[in-house]
Amino acid sequence: MSAPRRRTRAFLLAGILVALLIAGVGSYYASSSPDGLEATAAEQGFDSTARDSATAGSPLADYATAGIDSARLSGGLAGVVGVLLVLALAGGLVMVVRRRDDRAAVPTRD
Amino acid sequence: MHVPDGYLDAATTAGTAAVAAAGVAIALRGARRELDERTAPMAGLTAAFVFAVQMMNFPVVYGTSGHLIGGALTAVLVGPWTAVLCMTVVLLVQALVFADGGLTALGTNVTLMALVAVAAGYGIFVGLRRVLPAGRTGVLTAAGVGAFLSVPAAALAFVLLFGAGGVADVPLGSVAAAMGAVHLLIGLGEAAITVAVLGAVLAVRPDLVRGARGLQVAPELAPRPSAAQPLDVR
Repeated sequence: MSAPRRRTRAFLLAGILVALLIAGVGSYYASSSPDGLEATAAEQGFDSTARDSATAGSPLADYATAGIDSARLSGGLAGVVGVLLVLALAGGLVMVVRRRDDRAAVPTRD
Repeated sequence: MHVPDGYLDAATTAGTAAVAAAGVAIALRGARRELDERTAPMAGLTAAFVFAVQMMNFPVVYGTSGHLIGGALTAVLVGPWTAVLCMTVVLLVQALVFADGGLTALGTNVTLMALVAVAAGYGIFVGLRRVLPAGRTGVLTAAGVGAFLSVPAAALAFVLLFGAGGVADVPLGSVAAAMGAVHLLIGLGEAAITVAVLGAVLAVRPDLVRGARGLQVAPELAPRPSAAQPLDVR
């Protein structure tokens, strides 16, 4: 039981590392062109109704870290924070959903 | 495809918020059945991975880019209800912390990318699995086609919402044509990334792919047929 569990832990850690590398390093090389919706909005003339989000002043708005000049560091740090934040929130949420299930139901799978 | 504030009027925005809230509430119940000791940690990882890959905009045409939505990929990896939750967390963090997608438009974005993209991608995946050969190639083909079509499906859902409550007065037909065309191209990238990631996970840990549970036939570990677990998805 502990060997497969250890293998799963290794897989999960490797996955988190890949996500951190993509968001922290790879994202610097992403295309900065407008996405499909933005481009369509500009082309069709409905982009002008867009308003800034209430969170536009966030220190990580637009995947840039406020106060850091280097684009590589600024975007990379934002990406790393985002990955860890999503991991914590999504991981926490599914644990809560799962734990309630364990308490309420017979502890068999599915 | 993250919709900013201001594209849709207040009534349509409120409507999508209600749809999103109802969808997430149903998903919270459905996910209980999906989350076992293997899928729960995978769900956290999958959400974090989707967030990371969504940062990787890839060029398409005419100075336009696209990025993975991840609805189909997530649903095949961890199950459709859990996928709705994972996608919602990603969209929530993007809206609150990164100002990506409007704050009032959060319900719209959850509707498009957590509900429509997951439903379309997973629905097509399940349908194709029934008719395709039950092997690795069948799983990857079904997931790839589901991922591909999930993107124009979400784009057309936006067009419908824009028809119902778009603030700007522009002809809907040309918006539909432009959105459809560019998102068919982005769908190709969605399919490529989905197949590559699923193929990689299937190569090392097929048992962690919920949508491929029928495939778990590592010969040395295969249980006798009488002891096999019942399959729930098929």
